[in-house]
Amino acid sequence: MDQALMFVNAYLIPGLVSGSIYALGAIGLTLLFGVLRFTHFAHGDVMTAGAYLALAGVGLFGLHPIMALPLAMAGTSLLCLGINHFFYAPLMKRPSLVLTISSFGVALMIRAAIQLIYGVESQYYVRGIQKSREVFGTFRIVDRHIWIGCSAVALMLALHLLLTRTRLGKAMRAVSDSPDLARLTGISTTTVIRYTWVIGGSLAAVAGVFLGWDGYVHANMGWDQLLPISAAAILGGLGRPYGAMVGGLVIGMAEELSSYPWLGGDALLSPGYKTGVAFAIMVAMLIWRPNGLFGEKVR
Amino acid sequence: MDILIGYVNYAIALATMIGIYAIMATGLNIQWGLTGLFNLGIAGFFAVGAYSSAILTTAATGKHLGGFDLPVVFAWPAAMALSALLAWAVARICIRLRADYLAIATIGIAEIVRLVLKNEQWATGGTRGISNISRPFEDLTGMWAGLAFLSLVLALAAAVYWLAESGRLSPWGRVVQAIRDNEDAARASGKDVEALRIQGFVIGAALMGLTGALTAHYLKFIGPEATDPLQITFLVWVMLIVGGSGSNKGAVLGAALIWSLWSTSELLTSRLPGEWAHRAPFVRLFLVGLILQFVLQKFPAGLMSTGARNTPSKPKKPSSRNTVHVLPPF
Repeated sequence: MDQALMFVNAYLIPGLVSGSIYALGAIGLTLLFGVLRFTHFAHGDVMTAGAYLALAGVGLFGLHPIMALPLAMAGTSLLCLGINHFFYAPLMKRPSLVLTISSFGVALMIRAAIQLIYGVESQYYVRGIQKSREVFGTFRIVDRHIWIGCSAVALMLALHLLLTRTRLGKAMRAVSDSPDLARLTGISTTTVIRYTWVIGGSLAAVAGVFLGWDGYVHANMGWDQLLPISAAAILGGLGRPYGAMVGGLVIGMAEELSSYPWLGGDALLSPGYKTGVAFAIMVAMLIWRPNGLFGEKVR
Repeated sequence: MDILIGYVNYAIALATMIGIYAIMATGLNIQWGLTGLFNLGIAGFFAVGAYSSAILTTAATGKHLGGFDLPVVFAWPAAMALSALLAWAVARICIRLRADYLAIATIGIAEIVRLVLKNEQWATGGTRGISNISRPFEDLTGMWAGLAFLSLVLALAAAVYWLAESGRLSPWGRVVQAIRDNEDAARASGKDVEALRIQGFVIGAALMGLTGALTAHYLKFIGPEATDPLQITFLVWVMLIVGGSGSNKGAVLGAALIWSLWSTSELLTSRLPGEWAHRAPFVRLFLVGLILQFVLQKFPAGLMSTGARNTPSKPKKPSSRNTVHVLPPF
């Protein structure tokens, strides 16, 4: 029984939590890829920006991290729109790799700006030991994990409704399927691109806040997420938001479970190498199923 | 007089780092500028070269793998070979991938290299790194030590430039540029696209390994946090883009320009009072980012236009058959 309890508390729940965080980041990455056809290397740093905006809210107004979310989402959306306007839009007619290089530069710029304003020390939303509650009389779950899990599910549901029930969602899917055809039918690609930035940026902000809430806020935190969220997006097939959700969960779980002592005694893989798991899954996917788990069989 | 010596020493240090970065930018030019391979893991190959050379040349300490006491004449080629080996392994798996996938994969490789260096204490000294690395000519007196090392670096940089330039103009160089510009056409004319790409990637990575070794011996110390890995990768990219990708001359020029800016601006900001001096590096990094964006938008070909196409051709868009769908698969 103890074994099972430890498994759930120390591996399963952290896996689900980091999985939902990855999923939120990966959805933005994948939506942007669908509409703009380039991999946004600054997406991790957009998450960092969201985390720091929420930190400002928590620090200045004493907000609960959840209450700081709207602030972080709005600020990050504005940041994304600004980046798009000044750096990406002028390059839109050029090969998409130029945009990728530009986004790598933007990633460094966001990081540098944050380090300039906040310094390089790790910061925390809340200090001290967190309250936890009993679930089903056996498991203890920390409050914030419940918040993170429920909000992630709610946001994904909202995104699902947006994509399937609204004109905007349909337009986004249309542009993602074929930009030229979408333009022919009178869809304004620029508007769709802007909304995609708002949605992607907001989800990244939430992911950043949750990441900071679950651990600490640091200028490098976002860049370090780029690998797992790209892995999640690729796992689900770039351009597929639902795939990204599943991909995020799979990567998060795989990372945590890789250090579970499956073969008795020691951890299967030293926790120091957790990041390597996401990478290994990604490379395996790229070799065998580059279109993602749900993609058609390779060209 | 002392001030003069200070200036001369600074100039020597500046020129040494320019030489090292010029080799790195040339290596990236072979990968990206000529062959069209998107490598964001420069720091990984750099680190492999640095640690290999450090381990091979240091005396036994018990804090890390060592005790081989080899001279640099053997250690530097070995460092290049090990970086090349890693690059070969990566390329064998990832070279077929679309450019941005390759970029993510190289980020992953660099990350894993960093994790290994940090976690495998018995070999690398963990976070404390490896110190007491010998620097060639360090026994000479006064500024001669620095000058001699500088000449060595510059001689290597000149040799690398000459090799890269003759490579670019050779049939091999023309084929890899053809692959960069139109992969299908190159394949149709019977070229072994994958083998040639692997060659480009491995040669570039070997040069990055060499610069790692040079830096380790120059600083006499190497550790996982000795240099911000992302910053190295970023600076080298900016150097190549500003200089003009595809041109070896541009790579060298970009290295000289960007490193001079980077280093002299540090000289200025280090005079700022207390807290500001701490934060100034971030302003500099931000400004280098702005320079990159400016050059990308206004001077797409960089300072040294090669006349030919400077940016590798647009990657194949997923054809309509293969379009990535946003529609739910279920």
